Amino acid sequence: MKGLYIHIPFCKSKCYYCDFNSIVNTEYQDEYIEALIREINLLEEKNFDTIFIGGGTPTILSIKNLEKLLRTVKEFTPKEFTIEANPGTLNLEKLNMLKKYGVNRLSIGLQSTDNKVLKKLGRIHTYEQFLINFKDAKSLGFKNINVDLMFNLPDQNVNEFIETLLNVIKLEPQHISCYSLIIEEDTRFYNLYQNDELNLLDEEEERLLYHTMINLLKENGYNQYEISNFAKIGYECRHNIIYWSDDEYIGVGAGAHSYINGIRYSNVKDIKKYIYNIKNYGNAIEEKNILTKEEHMAEFMFLGLRMNCGININKFKSKFNEDVMQVYGNEILDLIDKGLIEKYGENIRLTEKGRDLSNLVFVSFLK
Amino acid sequence: MPSDRQKKIRNFCIIAHIDHGKSTLADRLIEKTGTLTQREMEEQVLDTMELEKERGITIKAQAVRLIHNDGNDEYILNLIDTPGHVDFNYEVSRSLAACEGAILVVDATQGIQAQTLANCYLALEHDLEIVPVINKIDLPSARPEEIKKEIEDVIGLDCSDAPLISAKVGLGIEDVLKAIVEKIPCPNGDEDAPLRALIFDSYYDPYKGVVCYVRVKEGTIKKGTKIKLMMSGKEYEVTEVGIFRPSFMEVDKLQAGDVGYVTASIKNVRDARVGDTITEAERPATEPLPGYRPAIPMVYSGIYPADSSDYNDLKDALEKLQLNDAALTFEPETSVALGFGFRCGFLGLLHMEIIQERLEREYNLNLVTTAPSVIYKIIKTNGEIIELTNPTNMPPTTEISYMEEPIVNASIICPSDYVGAVMELCQEKRGIFKNMEYLETTRVMLHYEIPLNEIIYDFFDALKSRTKGYASLDYELAGYKRSELVKLDILLNGDPVDALSQIVPKEKAYQKGRAIAEKLKEIIPRQLFEIPIQAAIGSKVIARETVKALRKDVLAKCYGGDISRKKKLLEKQKEGKKRMKQIGTVEVPQEAFMAVLKVE
Repeated sequence: MKGLYIHIPFCKSKCYYCDFNSIVNTEYQDEYIEALIREINLLEEKNFDTIFIGGGTPTILSIKNLEKLLRTVKEFTPKEFTIEANPGTLNLEKLNMLKKYGVNRLSIGLQSTDNKVLKKLGRIHTYEQFLINFKDAKSLGFKNINVDLMFNLPDQNVNEFIETLLNVIKLEPQHISCYSLIIEEDTRFYNLYQNDELNLLDEEEERLLYHTMINLLKENGYNQYEISNFAKIGYECRHNIIYWSDDEYIGVGAGAHSYINGIRYSNVKDIKKYIYNIKNYGNAIEEKNILTKEEHMAEFMFLGLRMNCGININKFKSKFNEDVMQVYGNEILDLIDKGLIEKYGENIRLTEKGRDLSNLVFVSFLK
Repeated sequence: MPSDRQKKIRNFCIIAHIDHGKSTLADRLIEKTGTLTQREMEEQVLDTMELEKERGITIKAQAVRLIHNDGNDEYILNLIDTPGHVDFNYEVSRSLAACEGAILVVDATQGIQAQTLANCYLALEHDLEIVPVINKIDLPSARPEEIKKEIEDVIGLDCSDAPLISAKVGLGIEDVLKAIVEKIPCPNGDEDAPLRALIFDSYYDPYKGVVCYVRVKEGTIKKGTKIKLMMSGKEYEVTEVGIFRPSFMEVDKLQAGDVGYVTASIKNVRDARVGDTITEAERPATEPLPGYRPAIPMVYSGIYPADSSDYNDLKDALEKLQLNDAALTFEPETSVALGFGFRCGFLGLLHMEIIQERLEREYNLNLVTTAPSVIYKIIKTNGEIIELTNPTNMPPTTEISYMEEPIVNASIICPSDYVGAVMELCQEKRGIFKNMEYLETTRVMLHYEIPLNEIIYDFFDALKSRTKGYASLDYELAGYKRSELVKLDILLNGDPVDALSQIVPKEKAYQKGRAIAEKLKEIIPRQLFEIPIQAAIGSKVIARETVKALRKDVLAKCYGGDISRKKKLLEKQKEGKKRMKQIGTVEVPQEAFMAVLKVE
């Protein structure tokens, strides 16, 4: 499996929790798309199993730029072709265009069905706008739609989130992502949090909600396949699975990351610098990190364990030519002892408790 | 009678309270006499250790030879820089013994402080000629006339022609040089008599072996001289003698009255301790120079490697530090909680902090340090007397007849407005008031008898904060006193943690136990299970807190293939984990072992 990630670093406005690489100023949009297309055209690799256009807000692009970009990747014919879409930037015309160029998976950022909550997050849309987009997409024949949700939001009580969840389940998307709010530095929420002005759930309630959510989704046919991801059978996001399965991917665009031949690369984050570097040097790589075997093994473990299926012992052996118990025997036995991971056939996976304390598990594999 | 050569030599040191400008004055003297060119001049030349510069203190004695021409004659001025802190009193006293005079630097804005006074009395004991100098007269708040009067009244020194200077801006430095030549007596001593040279400092150089800083009192020493160290009894052949300019400069010989260095392939500073006398092996002096005593540790603490596999590295590092620090003692000990480590003896808390910091910085070690303890005397019912340096080793109470703890005589100088605050503090620290005297109408000196274990914790910090930094403190050991003491144990998850045990006064045990339990609750991070923290005396639990179990530790975001970001977060967490000590099933941060001290 091999994936292509395309980063669109523009947004209409910055959500209060977001620290992703995006800017509100769209004045460089044309130049950026030009640079992006140049970077894609320079790729030697033309075969991708998945493409993921993420952001920022990819659907903020003008019809013209969107078409230019889609035309560039048309020849790659991936099996899964996702674009992230945000209500408030999406319309029938753009959806038609996406459909025409082979986009077969939409990932729509909804976060909540409660307009009061949306406002508090700094989102630019309402639930009703989302509903229009969602129905349009369905009627145009999109058969693989993800809805992004968040929980543990300021002033949101347990019932309000369950209501959001039930609303979304009713719409029958194929995939639901559900992230617990993380307060990141350099966000508006961070400052509020520091000043103790964010009313969030306490840890016990938050975990209770998480487990209620998992059960509710399961009852409705959504299987958890990763800490924050749920899908109807066969609709797991292949692109994200590439990240977690130690498969290769190329990222293009400002701040995008690539992983090829055991080497991790990242592009320069600054949009102007990115455009300049691509124009002048044909690449914008800022960092290159050749993984040592030790690092590689650790990553294999802590990425793979994010998935409910965990890591496969045989895959470890064939990749590294070493037995996982030889390398991490002490750590694994200790974690099993603590009830955080378990053996399951030829796999090692997180337990339910382990999913609540996954960082503790992952840290064990670092030296 | 001094020889003509000796008449042109002056050996002196500078005594001052911390921050009164000792090092700055030394810099100016070096600069003024052209010992170093402007280019070579680095701020505070004499404080060479990184730590000394950072903390603005002098730890090791240093020396420099200055050449001063007063217009008629050329003089050799040997400046010996002394440590300023009470922990290093003994080294100060040895430095003083190498001089005929001392410059007393007093800050024109602050006046005499406790340590100035202590060092000044020390200098008078050594019959040193004291030259008072009033510094920082450029500051608007300077009150030189009042300070002069204070020095005259309190110490009894004539200040009528004391130089008024500003070392910072270079004002009045000529006057200081003039006063040194005119007031400080030149050395004497027979250059042909059997050799007697005082070691006032020594340090280990990987190439030269131990470098002894010496003051030759009598006789002559040169390359090839067979020498004998009168205390250790060991004999060596001199490989090099030289002077300080301020870096080493080899010379033919050092004679009575000279200050310089001697190397003789000595492998360990223990064999050439500060205070020892060098004489000739074949024509030894009959008596060593007076005043030698080995430096005695007053404070003990356990030092353990955070990672037990670093034990040998820690041992090597301690051995290396000991090469240069005869006052540092250590012996292996084992703790149930912390594994293999060392019980180390220090001159005081500053000495302890310096050693810890050097181990961590210079040897890159990750350490766990237990609460410092003084030496308690336990008189057992069978008459046996135990000197207890580690609370863990306290015998059962049934075997103890009574206990004694070390007491110090403390003198505190502060503005009279703060007398109430200082007395309150001393009271809290179990101090016994002795007397009080006015230095001037607005400044007071208080004398207290205080248990040493109250001083070594946070006394100095508390004193400073309660007097807005105006109070100064000096103390000396005054002996042992019977006291009601108990061993306070801390239990984590039901198991006592030996490294957290402390000896505390019985009257404070309850309050202290509660405070420690509360503090540990803050420090110990939540873990997979609930952790009870208990404070106990014997089998009686006197306080209990609980660290709730950790329910969530997840960061499951998708960063579009940005693995390095997630990895950095995990690595940070791992680093934090590495700074934890696994005790039974509980992970305890290293600072917990020290933090138990700093509770009120």
